[in-house]
Formats: sequence, structure tokens, C-alpha cells
Amino acid sequence: MSELLKISGLHASIDADGTPKEILRGVDLVIPPGEVHAIMGPNGCGKSTLSYVLAGREDYEVTAGSALFKGEDLLAMEPEERAAAGIFLAFQSPVELPGVNNANFLRTAVNAVRRARNAPELDAVGFLKAVRAATKNLSMADDMLKRNVNVGFSGGEKKRNEVLQMTMLQPTLAILDETDSGLDVDALRIVAEGVQNLRSPDFSALVITHHQKLLDYLGPDRVHVMAKGRIIRSGGPELAKQINEEGYAAFLKEAA
Amino acid sequence: MNAIAPITLSLEPFAARLSDVKGEDRKAAAGALARTGLPTPRVEAWHYTNLRALSGRVFADAPVGFDETAAQAALTRILPPDAAIATLPRLVLVNGRFAPTLSSTDLPEGVSCTSFVQSPDFGILASPDREGMVALNTALADDGVQIIVAPGKQAGQLVLVSLALGTDSDVSFHPRHSITLGEGASLSVIEIAASENAGAYLHNPVLTCAIAEKAHLTHVKIQQEAENAVHLATVYADIAVRAAYDSFTLGLGSVMARHEVHATMHGNHAAVHVNGAQLLAASQVGDITSVIAHAAPDCISRQTVRNVLSDHSRAVFQGKVLVERVAQKTDGYQMNQALLLSPSAEINAKPELEIYADDVKCSHGATVGALDDDQLFYLRSRGIPDDQARQMLVEAFLVEAVDLVEDEMLRTVLHQTLATALSQRVGAAEKTA
Repeated sequence: MSELLKISGLHASIDADGTPKEILRGVDLVIPPGEVHAIMGPNGCGKSTLSYVLAGREDYEVTAGSALFKGEDLLAMEPEERAAAGIFLAFQSPVELPGVNNANFLRTAVNAVRRARNAPELDAVGFLKAVRAATKNLSMADDMLKRNVNVGFSGGEKKRNEVLQMTMLQPTLAILDETDSGLDVDALRIVAEGVQNLRSPDFSALVITHHQKLLDYLGPDRVHVMAKGRIIRSGGPELAKQINEEGYAAFLKEAA
Repeated sequence: MNAIAPITLSLEPFAARLSDVKGEDRKAAAGALARTGLPTPRVEAWHYTNLRALSGRVFADAPVGFDETAAQAALTRILPPDAAIATLPRLVLVNGRFAPTLSSTDLPEGVSCTSFVQSPDFGILASPDREGMVALNTALADDGVQIIVAPGKQAGQLVLVSLALGTDSDVSFHPRHSITLGEGASLSVIEIAASENAGAYLHNPVLTCAIAEKAHLTHVKIQQEAENAVHLATVYADIAVRAAYDSFTLGLGSVMARHEVHATMHGNHAAVHVNGAQLLAASQVGDITSVIAHAAPDCISRQTVRNVLSDHSRAVFQGKVLVERVAQKTDGYQMNQALLLSPSAEINAKPELEIYADDVKCSHGATVGALDDDQLFYLRSRGIPDDQARQMLVEAFLVEAVDLVEDEMLRTVLHQTLATALSQRVGAAEKTA
């Protein structure tokens, strides 16, 4: 299959004080298996909305278009069904869950997804072994598993926790929504390595970013420029370099 | 005439038994009740919890004997043999009466226990007629346990089970308990009120706690009585210098339940925690009412109560903090929070601060809300099904209150009880869906 994800003419709006506000205005995008694609674009262009719509957030109404994931209608699935099917969204601002222990949360999620994928559930020992290996790779302190999910975590710790979840849930398509924002150089390297460790013919990623740095680590196969709710330009990694040097102005002018 | 709310509630449900009480204290209590009747919503402290449910019924004395095998089976369910709690010494009451055959004989060193009938003592209550339900208890108290910890003894943990077993409807029992801690003593009591195959009964316990200087009483209560039972409990705690009353109540059962606490700090540097959680559904009413009195300087009180309400259930929180003129440097905190899972669920919250001292720190707050959509989406985006995600968030909300219990073992018991109750709720919801 040459299309893991195929988005065609996707329109979506959000309710703004009673009137629908259109944010996605005809997104077309294809991600083949095993590839890393980047989306860049000015603030407010709809990058995060696209990631939420793909993950199944109910605040957005899809008004036209389609999104097929492994040939299935992604938009008809519940968020948990999308996760089971292999979609993972690394949130830009992960929410805190007071009273929910991080290790219990992770094990519940892993086993929910394994059940849905007809894989045997992990027992406490098996889970601990897997999660210890993953935290070590991400240079995370063991006590982060004992704490409540994201509660009192620094920005960097939250992002690492997202990558930990991604590692444990073994998605086929990871959507990283500005996972690099607010990270220092060391944290950025660790997060990038976390993603690189997952690279395989069965793993694709859609990386939303403003920065060249993460893309230097990941070496994207394709770079897309998004503006005003549409992909206005697609190209190779050189596109990211061009944006880095010249900004978005030239692209926006061209698209207008 | 039916349309007009009565000023008093008839004593008819208990009239025959009240006319027959013996002894000065009981007669005084019955006399006080005869004057006031049972509390009605006209009484401010009972504005939100209406005892009308008791009227039109006649409550008989609970039967004295019980089926030993059935009681053992019920205890095995309540205190599963493989759980740590089963290893603790236990005191068991069946239908309001102390059951020596079900209770431990080897209590920790320094702990003595007598049943109320052995040596009836109404304890530290100065005026038992002040509260209607306490007066009713005083008049009709059948039995109870009186626990005494000798000065300086660290007595560990003790389980107190009140089991309603195979009773008919319309019986009532009114156990009278007391806990006395000598100077520097400590004790953790986990009180479990449960039912097995019981009718629509009334359980009306009164517990008085006398906590001497530097003593520490932890009191955890789990109320999981039958869905048609009425549970009306009152606790009095008197706390001396540098002593602590650390309490937590978990309300799960009964069609109507009230946990009323009167905690008074008489000595400097005393501490009181009156925390709790309620998980209510159907048409349950759960009421946590407290009067925390700072009657000495430099005392600390803490109160966190969390309610999760589904269906038509209703929670009541009345929390009064009284700071007397002498109680300078008081540090008081009160927070009441509710999660409403249904549009017809309701919370009545009434915080009250009454402060006569001028150098105090007292804060209080209340929140009411629904489950957080962002949190729910986060869990679901990780593959956790909607039902399970909701259950996790509800549990987390209540666990934050449970985690205020310092005793690790009691905390674990509360966690397990809560998890079991939540999974049963989900199971029941699936059946009706």
C-alpha cells in the first residue's frame, strides 16, 4: 500500500460563539508507509486543528472531504478506535491528570490498545520491563512513572512523557504537534532520538514544527507548507531550509 | 393540611419504644425528643436532608440473635481473607449489638474494649438533647463498643464492623460507641458499615471520641449499607493539647446517609482533619455535615470533601468552622468539590465561617463541575475506551481526597473499596443500558 494516510479536500470548522468558523479549507495530503513528513506554516494556519481532527477531537466539525487511514474511513472512528488502529497524537500542551498515576495510566492505555489489536495484554512484570527500557532510552527518571500524569512536570518532561507514550503504544502514524517547542537542545536531541528509534517501514510520522532543528535530526522525506487552512506547497527537505532562511512571506504571496 | 410542611416531625416511628425507656439519661433524651420531635427542614442544620422518609413507618427493635454462618460469610465478603485488612484485630456488631463470637479476643496491648451494655456510659456529651438524632440514639441505644487505649500506647489499627444482617424492613438500631485515647496514645480505626440481605432499616450510630494530650486518632469510615437503608451517624470528637483527630469518611451506600461530625479543639496546637468523599447514584442522598470548633489558640483544621453524583442523586455539604475569641493563630482550610455526571444530580453546599478571634487564617472554597473534556480526550486518544476513561477520571477525582489519609494501609483499603464500587457502578449501568 503506498498510502498510509490519504487526506482529500478536508474542510473543518469550529464553533466560535455560535457561528462556525472554518479553519481547514481543503487539505490534501498523502503519507506513505515508513515516511516522515513535516508540516510548517505560520501561526493560526490550521496545523494543530489538522492534528486534532485526525485524532478525533469532537470540538471540530468536518464539513467536507475525507481522511482514509490504511484504507479505512478515519473520520468515522472514535478517538480510541483511531489509537487502536495506529494513530498517535503527541500533544502540543499535554493536559495534566491529577489523581491518575502515570504508570497505571500507561499500562491501561497499552493494554486497551493491545486488546483492540488482538495482542495479549502485558502483565505487571512485562509492562514494567518494557516501560523501564523506554524510560531509560528517553533519560527519564523512574519517579516520573510514580507521579500523576503530567502534574508538576516541566515543559520538557511533558514532551518526553508524550514520546514515552508513543514508544509504548507502537503507532503506525505519529502526529507530533510542536513536540520540539519549549525544549532545550539536550531535551530536543533526546526527543528526536526517541522518534528516530521508532523509524521503520511500519512507522510514519507527521511532524508539525516551526523549527529546522528537529527536522535536521529526523531528515523528513517531504515538507509541506500550510497556510490559511490548506497545503500550499510541498517539496523535499530543502523547503524547510528555505523557510528557515526566508520565512513564509514568499510562499504566502505566491499562494494568494 | 398535607401541603403545609410540618414544624415537627412526628415521633410515631419510635413512639412505642420511647415510651418504655429506663434510666435517667434515656428518659431525659426521650423527654427532649418529645418536646422537639425529629428534626425537620425547618431546623437549619437539617434544611437539606429531610427525614420525612422515616415517617409513616414504625421501627422495631432489631432482633437479638443472628445466623452465625451467614454472618461469617458476610464478613468474608467485607474483609476478604487475602486482603491485609483481614489480618487486623476486629470488633463486630451485628444489627447494632456487639458480637463477641465474631470479634477478636486478642486486642493490641494497651487496648481494652467493653460492650456498651456491660457498662452503659453516655460519655462526654454535655447535652445529649442538642441534636435530635443523638437524643434518639441516647434513648434507644442497644449496644456499642467502648474502646480505651492506655496512655503512651501506639495501638496500631483496629477494624470496627457494623453489619446489618437479614433484618426485616423497619427495624432500627442505635449503637453507641466511644473511643478514649490516653495521653500520647495512638490508634487507627477503620469503621465499616455494611449490610447483607437486609431490609429497609435505620442505622443511627453515635461515636464519641476523647483524645488526650499528644494522642492521635485516625478514624476512617466506609459506609456501604444496603441501597434502601438509612444511615444517620453523629461523631463527637474532643481534642486536647497537641492531639489530633484525623478522619475520612467514604459514603457509597444507603438511600439516605448523613455523617455529622462535631470536632472541638480544646487544647493549643491541636489538629483536626474532617475529610471525605461520596459516590452517589440513583436517588441517593448523602450528607456530610460538620462543626469544627477552634476553642484554643494555634490549632489547625483541614477539610476536603469530594462528591461524584450521577442520576438523580444529591449531596449535601454543610461545613461550619467556629473560631472562638481565644483561638488566635487559627489555621483553617475547607474545600468542597462536586463532579456532576448527570443534569439532574444536585449538590447543596453551605460553608459557614464564624470567627470571633482577630488573628486567624481561614479559607474556604467550593467547586461544581462536569468531567473535563480535554482530560477525557487525552485518555481516549491513548486508546482507552470512553467508559473506562470516564471511570478513571471519576476515580482520580475521589482518590485525591482519599490520598489525604496518612495511614498507608487504610489508604490502600479505601482505594480498593473505591475501585470495586466504581466497577460495580459501571457494570450496573451497562446492564440497564
